[in-house]
Amino acid sequence: MNLAYRDIKHNLLRFVLTNFGLSLLLGIVIMMTGVYGGLIDDALRQARAANADLWVVEAGTNGPFAESSRIPGDTRELVSRVYGVQRAGSVTYQSVQTELNGAPHRLFLIGFEPGRPGGPRQLSAGRDILRGHYEMIVDSSAGLALGQEVLLGTRDHKFSVVGLMRNEVTSSGDPVAYITLRDAQALQFELAPPASRREQARGGSMETNDQINAVIAKVSPYVPIDETAAALSRWKHLTALTQAQQETLLSKFVIEKARKQQLLIMVLLVVVSAVIIALIIYTMTMDKVRSIATLKFVGAPDRTIVGLIVQQSLSLGITGYFAGLALVFTFRPFFPRRLVFDPESVVAVFAITIVVCLAASTLGIRLALRVDPAEALSAAG
Amino acid sequence: MTEPSRQAVVRVEHLSKHFGVGSARVDALIDINMEVFAGQVIGLMGPSGSGKTTLLNCMACILEPSGGRLTLDGEAVYDDRWLRADLRRLRLDKIGFIFQYPNLLPFLDATDNVAVVLHLAGFGAAAAHTHAVELLDYLEVGHRKHAMPSQLSGGEAQRVAIARALANRPRIILADEPTAPLDSVRARIVMDLLRRIAIDQSAAIIVVTHDEMILDRFDHIFRLRDGRLETATDNVSRSPAPAR
Repeated sequence: MNLAYRDIKHNLLRFVLTNFGLSLLLGIVIMMTGVYGGLIDDALRQARAANADLWVVEAGTNGPFAESSRIPGDTRELVSRVYGVQRAGSVTYQSVQTELNGAPHRLFLIGFEPGRPGGPRQLSAGRDILRGHYEMIVDSSAGLALGQEVLLGTRDHKFSVVGLMRNEVTSSGDPVAYITLRDAQALQFELAPPASRREQARGGSMETNDQINAVIAKVSPYVPIDETAAALSRWKHLTALTQAQQETLLSKFVIEKARKQQLLIMVLLVVVSAVIIALIIYTMTMDKVRSIATLKFVGAPDRTIVGLIVQQSLSLGITGYFAGLALVFTFRPFFPRRLVFDPESVVAVFAITIVVCLAASTLGIRLALRVDPAEALSAAG
Repeated sequence: MTEPSRQAVVRVEHLSKHFGVGSARVDALIDINMEVFAGQVIGLMGPSGSGKTTLLNCMACILEPSGGRLTLDGEAVYDDRWLRADLRRLRLDKIGFIFQYPNLLPFLDATDNVAVVLHLAGFGAAAAHTHAVELLDYLEVGHRKHAMPSQLSGGEAQRVAIARALANRPRIILADEPTAPLDSVRARIVMDLLRRIAIDQSAAIIVVTHDEMILDRFDHIFRLRDGRLETATDNVSRSPAPAR
């Protein structure tokens, strides 16, 4: 005879309502792991999307994500000639704000050379960029449709969406868009017409805008990457970072503060959950003091009483966890940023829930074990 | 009161219980001696604060006496060898307790309120259920076996509580004011039931009561005053017999 189950069945409505509240709380904990996972995954996807072995950036910088990096546009040709480099491509990165579907919208623009490393990984719809100008591949989270036109730059160049991607966003949740390198350079360095006229009138320098942020290099599998990186770094104006170094920079430094904030919020939520579960179990035990006294009086061992409380605590935690998980997965598509759940973190939250439930039930157990069987003799309750 | 030809199921010898120390010391029980035999229904009476419930708690192994000797079904209790778990087992195996109020577990139906004691004693689910239903039938409340405590009348709930007390066929049944919440007719029915149980199950039944209307249902009546056993009255002769 399972006393915990019978008690839950007897007070089903109370259990369901309590469980609903707890599931919301645990849902938030689970959601935070998704936000945390999304933050790291988005940051890494940004770096991994380029499918690089080496990132060649301005000397002395941790570019192009952690710091700004500017190198001459012909650096790609230099890099291509280094022993071990199979392929290389120039890239630029910039954030822009434009109006999309009547609302201001941020995009993270990546300029790349079609046919060279640094382009989009996989399209979910449409085609690759084929024309030299004004074509764009964008993440579907931007809310753009194929064929839609987007105005970019100070001169309102019309870019046409030719391809869509999925789950290509920055660590701050902005959708990524790919355009050709030439277009990206033009957007990055061109002046608005009045400013341009003013610059020409005062005889300003006609400085070239053939600058890029980084060169992405693919290294031959037969040549050690470190050896190629060392060869590239011999140029005084360049630094070569491996993909692993770039990922470390992104996950450990660029998003460090956001990562710590979310971790702290998660810890606080777990602590709050523990306190709430403990209070619920304590209250549930308080309600059963007379029944516990009667059970003790008729000879129930302590393990029966402890079992009753622990099983109820675990029932609350387990059902609350799965209800919370169901809620999160139901509302996941409506969440403003990408939630990424890896099996390890989902299992870890479940394990934490179990541990929290067991720890929280100790308060109730302590109360129950202190109940004097003689309380069963006291006035009716 | 002593019947040397039979072994007493409950034997209390020079039992005392005090609370507090020094000037705060209260003597709740002083030199109590009594014996109860199988098949007897004994009344324990006295004014409030006379020590009835304290004596009952001592006999139920809930309260450790300060002195004296207590023997339950041939086993001397509280002789320094008893652990809390042993006392719990003794309560489960040998003592049935009927509370003033039924104290049924609100989340179990009538059958399971009886079966829970059998489960604790190690019965399997089916055997416990069958035996619980038999007991409810024996106490003429079998038709309410699926009812939750909140759906039972006072009399029905008290019968279920009695069934629970009988579940492990205890040799000793202790009842604390079992008729208090009942009207006089139902009180007499319950007392008749206890008498029948005492005879059928060869149990010693000790009933704490204030109810003068049921005095004729006891074989002997012990009266307590200020922690001392005052008199022991034999119901047949109705003449006061001195306490031991």
